Amino acid sequence: MECRQSSWSEALRRVSPLGMGYLPVGVAFGVLAQKAGLSELNIVIMSVLVYAGSAQLIAVGMFAAGMPPLSIVITTFVVNLRHLLMSAALAPYVRSWKLWEMAWFCGEMTDETFAVHSTRFNDDDVCKSLSFRINLLAHSIWVLASWIGAMAGSSIPDVKPLGMDFALPAMFIALLAMQAKNGLHWLVAGFSGLMSVALMQAGFDQWSVIAATVLGATLGAGVETWTRR
Amino acid sequence: MDQTVVFLTIVGMCAVTYIPRALPMLALASRSLPDVAIRWLSFIPTAVLSALLLPSLLVHDASLNLSLGNVFLWAGIPAFVLAVCTRSFFGTVALGMAIVAGSRYFFT
Repeated sequence: MECRQSSWSEALRRVSPLGMGYLPVGVAFGVLAQKAGLSELNIVIMSVLVYAGSAQLIAVGMFAAGMPPLSIVITTFVVNLRHLLMSAALAPYVRSWKLWEMAWFCGEMTDETFAVHSTRFNDDDVCKSLSFRINLLAHSIWVLASWIGAMAGSSIPDVKPLGMDFALPAMFIALLAMQAKNGLHWLVAGFSGLMSVALMQAGFDQWSVIAATVLGATLGAGVETWTRR
Repeated sequence: MDQTVVFLTIVGMCAVTYIPRALPMLALASRSLPDVAIRWLSFIPTAVLSALLLPSLLVHDASLNLSLGNVFLWAGIPAFVLAVCTRSFFGTVALGMAIVAGSRYFFT
């Protein structure tokens, strides 16, 4: 495996734009989790073990609303199902890696680190040590930001004046803009979004997100298959 | 809140997050998925993000809110424009939170 640049400083350079995004969201997560009643230790454990910003913020909202653990786990599964495709997309580049290396690498794959690695791999930079350094740095920033938020939480009486409750929608907006590549993607986005609102209004709040996602992806795949003929 | 229950929920979340991250890479190391499956999967990120986003902007306390008082909706629009133009994760989050914080400070 050829490595042009694999130093920690190179990893930091690659991670810094993503880290700038992790900081506000991570701190917001820590503060909101503290407010929802999670212990400092559990907040840090969640950022270490789960390491998925949007799912963690959603889970905190569900904990605060007193939802049952099983629906929190199912929602997490649905929200993070999108990583399937990212993992499949990176698979061809890491074929020469050992199994445990792949297993470790994908445990630290988020929307943001996926974006960094897919850009690198497309540039023929598949250096293994740099890949792991980037992941470790990004993950550390996320854990550190959550911990700062968890500690600051008790001295922040209300998150609303700081706009922290908007961290999650803002994150969805940023991730959606990165994902939607063409008109058909925007059509799918519009359809799934409105479908999700409609299903929620019709009283299917438990299943609205997964149903809207499945219908939207099916519409997209259907239109693409039909127009390609 | 029972922290043991929280911890066990976190372990469950960890498992269901790890599976979709790892399964394709480990399974596809030597073969690939059928075309239709790849096409369908390629729309999942867009679909799920939008299905999560729109209700968070439009629905408050279980009812549709399109009024001027819906801060999230009016902060979401400029944040969206910035996100599409710059693709900046930090910029989008910072602008969105700043608008929400600012409008609450000045209008409430």
